[in-house]
Amino acid sequence: MKFQSQAVAKPYFIFALALFAGQIIFGLVMGLQYIVGDFLFPYLPFNVARMVHTNLLIVWLLFGFMGASYYLVPEECDTELHSPLLAKILFWVFAAAGVATILGYLLVPYAELAEITYNHLLPTMGREFLEQPTITKVGIVIVCLGFIYNIGMTILKGRKTVINMVLITGLIGLAVFFLFSFYNPSNLVLDKFFWWFVVHLWVEGVWELILGAILAFTLIKVTGVDREVIEKWLYVIIAMALISGLIGMGHHYFWIGPGEYWLWLGSIFSALEPIPFFMMVVFAFRMVRERRHDHGNKIATTWALGTAVMAFLGAGVWGFIHTLAPVNYYTHGSQITAAHGHLAFFGAYAMIVMTIISYAMPIMRGRPQGNSAASQKVERFAFWTMCLSMLGITLALTVAGAYQVALQRLPEDSAALTFMMTQEKIMPIYWARLVFGVTFFAGLVAYFVSFFVKGENVEVKQEESTPTVCCGSCS
Amino acid sequence: MADNFNKGMARNIYYGGGVFFFLLLLGLTFDTMLELPERDHRENITEAVAHGKEIWENNNCIGCHSLMGEGAYFAPELANVYDRYGAGNEEAFKQFMQSWMAMQPLPTEGRRKMPQFNLSEEEVNALTDFLIWTSRIDDNDWPPNKQG
Repeated sequence: MKFQSQAVAKPYFIFALALFAGQIIFGLVMGLQYIVGDFLFPYLPFNVARMVHTNLLIVWLLFGFMGASYYLVPEECDTELHSPLLAKILFWVFAAAGVATILGYLLVPYAELAEITYNHLLPTMGREFLEQPTITKVGIVIVCLGFIYNIGMTILKGRKTVINMVLITGLIGLAVFFLFSFYNPSNLVLDKFFWWFVVHLWVEGVWELILGAILAFTLIKVTGVDREVIEKWLYVIIAMALISGLIGMGHHYFWIGPGEYWLWLGSIFSALEPIPFFMMVVFAFRMVRERRHDHGNKIATTWALGTAVMAFLGAGVWGFIHTLAPVNYYTHGSQITAAHGHLAFFGAYAMIVMTIISYAMPIMRGRPQGNSAASQKVERFAFWTMCLSMLGITLALTVAGAYQVALQRLPEDSAALTFMMTQEKIMPIYWARLVFGVTFFAGLVAYFVSFFVKGENVEVKQEESTPTVCCGSCS
Repeated sequence: MADNFNKGMARNIYYGGGVFFFLLLLGLTFDTMLELPERDHRENITEAVAHGKEIWENNNCIGCHSLMGEGAYFAPELANVYDRYGAGNEEAFKQFMQSWMAMQPLPTEGRRKMPQFNLSEEEVNALTDFLIWTSRIDDNDWPPNKQG
């Protein structure tokens, strides 16, 4: 670690992973509720479990992005973090707000939560992913502002690298577009139209800048490739992400009220959205092939490559299969959407957070060359188990979705099965999904175990060989 | 990437492309705002419809159902539930909704359950008005059939 203040990232990473575990547990509950409809009813209705599952995801990714920023910005800026104290305070504020909100979901009926948090003063609740009480949303804004201030001041006083600038642009975009969550008109069409300004412009817009910056940083560190080369790739990738993704928002506007030209714009531009992800794959593999040194933290490199590949599959390929309007007419809101959502979020965002954790955590724990070989072996097993399980979940949901479309959407009114009858027919596939969910959880457990596996540190071996290896911090 | 393609060019594509397409998005948003009144029939958003949306949100209906294909996929699509069960008769559909909401949760073992939300008669009517208004939004003829 180059600067002491980078260590504030550690609690962010640890807490992110704890929330990740919670997310998966609620995912398993829902996987079972899809099969045994009344499992845990009325104590944990499906809508509550889902809210916890998706909100934990969002919050742990935000914790991950914040941890990543606190770790990499001082190093990129070549200066200490502006205020480590502020970072620590905001950690506890955000953690407390997050835990309180999740407990609110679990312990109080949602309508009551809306009442006790005075939702009627500024109604923002009850919309997918934005279920947080208004007061929590205000808290998120305050935490984000404090965080961006801290990161921004650090960048202002330090070196302004491309990675820094792209990252801070992404973070500011994240905060700005979240403000649309406070706009909730009585007109459902307007509500939905601007709801996507948060959701789409996050995951298919500014989050891709954050993803690109973290990936580029990690690749510089583990490969030692010249910064100039990596920065050029970063620019081109995020340029393509914005060029395709901004108007690509149209693929959400097909069937919720906006006019017909969105059918064309959304189809054409979102069909281009796989391009930046494909470039990311080429980029990651080429940088690793052209590496200048062999970093001892091999598994961090694996995570970086894995992120590129899985993001391409989830966001790129699985996005493309249902993004053209004539296809989406039949698949919209089916299990195909769920398949895409799972692989895209895991591949792009969960994995980039685990990439930076895999690289940075060992350094913060005094192992600049990564964890011991034994530990890396367990982490590698966890990597493959989680990736393959998520592919299994995705394939199962894709089959489920195709079957659903065939039974419920394609036939005429008189021949189409009802939603509930269709779900009955899909049941065996939901079992397969649940099995993959369980193996995913096993992979997650192995991942956690890898943090506690001891063994000889890679570093020791380095002294015997030629000193071609460094932790990458100096490049 | 080719050597004669340098970082400055890449940066220009990023800034130029990003700004251009963001402005284009703003322009299209503006155009859509002008077009929407014809398609969403906002003149029919009565107090009851607005109240119905609040009830929809306060009970997190989107946590199980989808509405115009967005939401959760655990329970049926509801943007066209009026087309599905109303047969064009608003009064009959309101009667149906009153008894349907009162019946929840259905006692069938192992079946997915909708909680009992203890809504008043007036609240169920408002929710129903909201769903009827929603069913009339011009959404390019989605879903493909009445099953949603």
